[in-house]
Amino acid sequence: MQKNLQWKLLSIVAITAIAAWAVYPPGDRIRLGLDLEGGVHMVLRVQTDDALQVETELAAEQLSEQLSLQGLTRVTMIPVDATTIRAEGVAPDQDAEFRRLANERLSATYDREPGAGGVYTFRMRGPIASSLRDEAVRQALETIERRVNELGVSEPIVAPHGIGGNQILVQLPGVTDVARAKELIRSTSLLEFKLVEEGPSPTRELLLQARNGVVPPDMEVITGSPDALGGSTEPLYYLVRRVAAVSGRDLRNARPSLDEFNQPAVSFTFNREGARKMGDLTGQNLGRSLAIVLDEQIRSAPTIQGRISDSGQITGVTQQEAEDLQITLRSGALPASLTYLEERTVGPTLGADSIRAGVAASIAGLIVVALFMLVYYKLAGINAIVAVVLNLLILMACMSYVGAVLTLPGIAGLILTIGIGVDSNVLIFERIKEELRSARSIKTAVGAGFDRVLLTIIDTHVASLISAAFLFQFGSGPIKGFATTLFFGLVANVFTAVFVSRTLFETILSRRRVATLSI
Amino acid sequence: MALFKTPNIDFIGLRWPALALSVLVIAVGLAVTVVRGSLPLGIDFSGGSLIILKFEQPVGEGAVRGALAMIPEKVIQQYGDIGDNEVLVRLPISGPEEGVSLEAGANDVMAALEGAGLGDFEVIGQELVGPVIGQELQRRGISAFVFAMAGILIYIGLRFRFSFAVGAVVAVAHDIAITLSLLTFLGYELSLNVVAAMLTITGYSVNDSIVVFDRVRENLRGMRRDTFADLVNVSINQTLARTIITSGTTGVAVLALFVFGGEVLEGFAFTMLVGVFSGTYSTIFIAAMIAIVITERKATRVRQANVPVASKNEAISQRPKRRSRKARAS
Repeated sequence: MQKNLQWKLLSIVAITAIAAWAVYPPGDRIRLGLDLEGGVHMVLRVQTDDALQVETELAAEQLSEQLSLQGLTRVTMIPVDATTIRAEGVAPDQDAEFRRLANERLSATYDREPGAGGVYTFRMRGPIASSLRDEAVRQALETIERRVNELGVSEPIVAPHGIGGNQILVQLPGVTDVARAKELIRSTSLLEFKLVEEGPSPTRELLLQARNGVVPPDMEVITGSPDALGGSTEPLYYLVRRVAAVSGRDLRNARPSLDEFNQPAVSFTFNREGARKMGDLTGQNLGRSLAIVLDEQIRSAPTIQGRISDSGQITGVTQQEAEDLQITLRSGALPASLTYLEERTVGPTLGADSIRAGVAASIAGLIVVALFMLVYYKLAGINAIVAVVLNLLILMACMSYVGAVLTLPGIAGLILTIGIGVDSNVLIFERIKEELRSARSIKTAVGAGFDRVLLTIIDTHVASLISAAFLFQFGSGPIKGFATTLFFGLVANVFTAVFVSRTLFETILSRRRVATLSI
Repeated sequence: MALFKTPNIDFIGLRWPALALSVLVIAVGLAVTVVRGSLPLGIDFSGGSLIILKFEQPVGEGAVRGALAMIPEKVIQQYGDIGDNEVLVRLPISGPEEGVSLEAGANDVMAALEGAGLGDFEVIGQELVGPVIGQELQRRGISAFVFAMAGILIYIGLRFRFSFAVGAVVAVAHDIAITLSLLTFLGYELSLNVVAAMLTITGYSVNDSIVVFDRVRENLRGMRRDTFADLVNVSINQTLARTIITSGTTGVAVLALFVFGGEVLEGFAFTMLVGVFSGTYSTIFIAAMIAIVITERKATRVRQANVPVASKNEAISQRPKRRSRKARAS
């Protein structure tokens, strides 16, 4: 029995030492949540329709080209929405040929629905659409990750979020320039090279005069940003090919540089595939204009002077834009645009205030509870206090060990743990008092008190763990922090209230003959 | 030191006044909710913007109100201590989700304040929540409650008996209703933190119930002479010291949080405070009473059917006979 007790004491000392070692120094070992450290928490939605739209437009364009090569020039392919293409003007005698060509290009991805009068509707298959969506979200996630890493934030989080499958969570601790971070993450940075068919023109009407105001289906009108195109304050209109000949995907690298007038610019080089495409394009279109389009805005539209295959430059940017642009270009274009669904920013001062308040509340709670236990349970109260303090220590050690984050609600979890820890001790002490009243010896009363209460404590803790588990499921960052704290607090409490407190009692009782228990 | 020597309070007799009190509190909350038209959902659930600004110089709430006169449906509050010069501005969700950017409302506020010449200020905290997130959180919050309650129902049902499980879960529902009621009445908003506190209360309230049920179970083995109701009453009395002391100490700890925890945790701490006391109260007056009602009804049904059931865990089914014996004895 004595030996047994020594082992118990030794293991308690060992656990205390390990826990203290894991927590020390607390400033380094305890990770603080965004709400305490300051930083920004954002939830973005990937507009996955964009990615489908690109696929659908590309398919329509390619089939349309194929059709005109085969002499079916009267058929027009119209991308109706993100997943639907409509073919119009299929003459009865060309029907079989059209269906053959359409099958060749579209049947893997689209279902064909016949309509009356030479009209066909092609609808993207559900599984293909959803795998394209998943792919877009995955790509967006990777792209954002690369961009965030360039921001130089320590321990950023970029992760899938929510149940819809199209949300991304971004957490940037310690970031103060939130606007810049948001822009950097959101900017699509879709770089495209498109052949100019007409323009520039000061108005849209003037641009389309030669075509009776109608935009051909394989072309589109985009504007050039006035600053980028030098001097003019009004936007300029261009008619360009809808499908980009070369895009940002074909880039190998991008870096800030200076243009011929010593103004900030971004230089980029093509990868092999890009160089080949660019070489073909410029070689075949000498003397025409090539628009450099960034996010649907023409940055410049130089005349093709000769075959270009290796590199290019985006001009007309500010120093800051050049810095950010090289990051976003290198990280690759986002496959779809992003919308912000949620943004929570905590400034460092607010976080510091919260830490102060939380620490004050914890200490006040602990002192008041400790005083009460000493007054009400006298010497046994010391037992309870030791158990509660050790509980907090083990809790912090677990948090530090698994790398869990301490949030403001997490601090509330600490305080609640104090309450729960005391609860278990009170339960035991009251039971011991009851056993003492039924005139047992002190030793048996203590033993019976602990034995009888053990199951109750396990039951209450399991019930609390059930709600903590669902709390974890429910919550975002701060609430998760609370659930984690509560979880470890409950687990540690079973150990401290039952094992530690009992061992302390037994140690005292074994040292000397105690006539009355101070409880 | 002991608060109670051996308390012998007739809790069963107090059940109707207690029930009336609960119903009254919940009815007040319901009435306020109906008058308001909805629960006081914070921006976490309803969507919207919340901006906390710190001014360089002292700025009155009125001055900020004047500067933002053009912005509709805003709420302006002083934040933190008076000397901090901090102001909180809250805006409802701005328009439909598509087309309106998340930061539009906050940007309007900033522009208006910059134009008003109230001196330099900085944004020390900002929360912008779109309707999609708000609805998702509402859904997740509700399902967290439902699953937590189901989990607890099953666990207590397995460890004790079904009637206890129902009693405990109804008591939890009662606590949530009481807490919601007081929050609504006192004008607190349902934020994420408040809902987290309510979920915590589910666990805490069940704690209390389990302690009483555990004692009932223990007494069922020893005290065979009493009616189930008497037995529950004795069990409540036996655990009363513990019940009051622990809700007292936890209450004090949470009170410390309420007093020192600052603005951010005020709603959380208040919810916990109400929940701790309501949890104790509901253990005695709701959980135990429901367990009694269900058990006695079952016993009555068994007696009427006159089928002796000798199931091990349903020892209570034989109780009616004993009751008559006891009646004779007394």
